[in-house]
Amino acid sequence: MPPEMVLELRRVSKDFASHREVTRAVDEVSLAIPRGAFFSLLGPSGCGKTTILRMVAGFETPTSGEVWLNGQRIDALPPYQRNVNTVFQSYALFPHLTVQGNIEFGLRHKKGTDDINRVRDVLKQVRLEAKASRKPSELSGGERQRVALARAIILQPDVLLLDEPLSALDPQLRKQVRSELRDLQRRVGVTFLFVTHDQEEALSMSDQIAVMNAGALEQVGTPREIYARPRTRFVADFLGAMNWIDGIGVRPEAVSICPEGRKAVVTSVTYLGSFCHIAMTLESGEIIAAQTPPGSAYQPGQTVCVTWNPEDEISCEAS
Amino acid sequence: MKLRNIFLQPTAMLMAITMLAPLAIIVVYSLLTRGAYGGVELPWTIENFTRLWDPVYGIIFLRSFWIAAVATALCLVLGFPLAMFIARSGSRKNLYLSLVILPFWTSFLIRTYAWMFLLRDTGIINSVLQALGIIREPLPLLYNDGAVILGLVYGFLPFMVLPLYATLERLDPSLLEAAADLGARPWDTLVRVTLPLCAPGIRAGAILVFVPCLGTYLTSDLLGGSKTVLIGNLVQNQFTASRDWPFGAALSLALMAVAMLLLFAARRNGEELL
Repeated sequence: MPPEMVLELRRVSKDFASHREVTRAVDEVSLAIPRGAFFSLLGPSGCGKTTILRMVAGFETPTSGEVWLNGQRIDALPPYQRNVNTVFQSYALFPHLTVQGNIEFGLRHKKGTDDINRVRDVLKQVRLEAKASRKPSELSGGERQRVALARAIILQPDVLLLDEPLSALDPQLRKQVRSELRDLQRRVGVTFLFVTHDQEEALSMSDQIAVMNAGALEQVGTPREIYARPRTRFVADFLGAMNWIDGIGVRPEAVSICPEGRKAVVTSVTYLGSFCHIAMTLESGEIIAAQTPPGSAYQPGQTVCVTWNPEDEISCEAS
Repeated sequence: MKLRNIFLQPTAMLMAITMLAPLAIIVVYSLLTRGAYGGVELPWTIENFTRLWDPVYGIIFLRSFWIAAVATALCLVLGFPLAMFIARSGSRKNLYLSLVILPFWTSFLIRTYAWMFLLRDTGIINSVLQALGIIREPLPLLYNDGAVILGLVYGFLPFMVLPLYATLERLDPSLLEAAADLGARPWDTLVRVTLPLCAPGIRAGAILVFVPCLGTYLTSDLLGGSKTVLIGNLVQNQFTASRDWPFGAALSLALMAVAMLLLFAARRNGEELL
């Protein structure tokens, strides 16, 4: 039996009109998101992923198509009647309220013991008990992000929508928050719809990824499927560096330099700590890159042989 | 001396001459005795201030406060939706803002006279209503508190709209989306997010409207007739008809003291004034 779908988009499109032009931001996208999944929408900026999120939240109305949540059609409902909550890119915390005030904002009644306990639980889950009476302006970036999360999960939404929630954090913190976010999602069991343009973020956290380009879906699958079996060149290129040799793709980490194989001339060597990036030119004139151990000592101008395992070859339709 | 301080000098001089000097004169006059034909004479006295405790003046003060408060509240109620509309009208913002400021191109006196032409018994409103047969006798639109409040609201609405617009325009729209996202209906969002975040603008607008309304004499004189005596008219009378300059000076000082007190109270509650 297939897993139960909590959120479904059926041929959803969105046009934006400006002056005389009509731009299609989302083009006939159909998606089904299983309950409890960590589902990522991945794509470059302007690909329509945030517009999809905003249509699920209720900030935009689809031009055509349907949005179904828990078996109920919601695309015409205002945001306050949808049981989804959003973690905004800039967090959108209410500056005039304390951490606790922000977290309680969506609770209907705040006086009941149940609610008081829930607020306390959520504060604990995001490790902000000590800062409950602080204002957002007195918090660090990471703490603000956790308030934004807490304020949304306390309402037990059917789907939690996250709009690039890590992009405002500094890179050091970002990696740490990734695993925290993943843990929190598993612990509370809420379905996450996570929008990002960072393929590493999507690969490391998601159960499933939908890759988007120019308003349309390119491919939906698990991180492994998407990375190892990309269906289009766009997906292959977007998820990581790619060599294209005679129309066949092979990732740099699958290319090895060994005594026998195709001849290539080293054009540059870049030391990157955990590995070296070697750029080469094949006799055919095609460019190929390989990753070698950091200790390897190749020199530009040197002639080497490259090879790869046919299993690592990726062939996909051109897009 | 730094360059910017040199350029400050003309302003500082102007302020000293046109603000501090007249203020000093008022203080001195308020402590002197009235002259027979206006002006002031010795000896020094505080009688002008003790006279202020007469309940007659207390009632006029209260009435002035009441009318200024009603006018301020109406400006807020009318100005807030307008400011919100302008803040959200994208590329047309500047057009609408200049329309708000447009009335300043004509003298306030002339605009107040225009209201008399509209409101008086033989004015446009009454004539039209009579011609249409809706009323037989002219409605008493002029020479009452309502006409004064109307004139004040009309005259000072821009002073409410502009600071409100400034705060609303800076309001992050994602905060309103966040409120809706967390289940707040539009009215809840207004009360729980928009209004609290606009408090500085509301406070600034309220002060900019309330203080000049409190001291108004032109509007109450023209639209209120003899029935509506406000502090402003009282002060004006002391310097003209009554020829009691020292008492007029004392009244002005009392009015100023009250206005300053209000400013101070508003400032204590908020971080900044404007």
